[in-house]
Amino acid sequence: MKTTVREAAGGVQIVDMKGKITIGAGDVQLRETINHLVEAGKKNILINMQDVTTIDSSGIGELVGCYTSVTNKGGKLKLLHLPPKINDVLTVTQLITVFDVYESESEAVGSFGA
Amino acid sequence: MSQPRSSSETGPIRMSLSSRFENIEMAQHLCSKLLEGWDLSEETTHWILMALREALANAIKHGNAQDIEKRVHLEMDVTDHHLRIRIQDEGPGFDPERVVDPLAPENRLKTSGRGIFYMKTFMDEVRFRRADGGGMEIVLTKDLTQGKEKEEGT
Repeated sequence: MKTTVREAAGGVQIVDMKGKITIGAGDVQLRETINHLVEAGKKNILINMQDVTTIDSSGIGELVGCYTSVTNKGGKLKLLHLPPKINDVLTVTQLITVFDVYESESEAVGSFGA
Repeated sequence: MSQPRSSSETGPIRMSLSSRFENIEMAQHLCSKLLEGWDLSEETTHWILMALREALANAIKHGNAQDIEKRVHLEMDVTDHHLRIRIQDEGPGFDPERVVDPLAPENRLKTSGRGIFYMKTFMDEVRFRRADGGGMEIVLTKDLTQGKEKEEGT
């Protein structure tokens, strides 16, 4: 999996993820990327899931862990461009109601200031 | 168009895997080959492969504790239009009754405990038992006459 971090308006950190978030292949990388941002004092994080091809329960667990660690530091973690199958996986475990999910990057970035 | 295969034509696939996560994709590839010819929707195949992934990940991580000396035994078969996947690890086993409900509010934000739930969601039947020779056995079953690709123009 590849991750790229870019900064948008208002200091929002956009994490572009590409590839798989599965056990042993991307799950730890996701955690480390988000932890690094949190340790650097970044509070508003938007994960762009558009190019994530596969996720499993381990990847979902890491997403939840990231959400909790950012929230506990007083920040916000939101999701952008959820592929349909990842949306389904979050829906059946009722996690879709936990995350703020956006289809528009500008709208998502703007929501952090709201 | 290829015809659906059954065990009478191909026989079951049996393999013994070392406890490495890298082996999951190889098993998924073989399973997708086994499903060829059943005209399943892409979505149905995807969810079957996800259930297989979850079962193998459980066996490798929780069953065998990633001990590469321990094996994961996998058997995949199609008989009477049903896919049957049997996975056995060499670990100490667990009590399926004690697996927590990931939908309970107190568990919603836990970082683990969803694998079995996904297997049960995406397969028709999921059974656990302590295997005779030690380890935990899990059997996943799916009726392949359901989840067919919709025919165009009908």
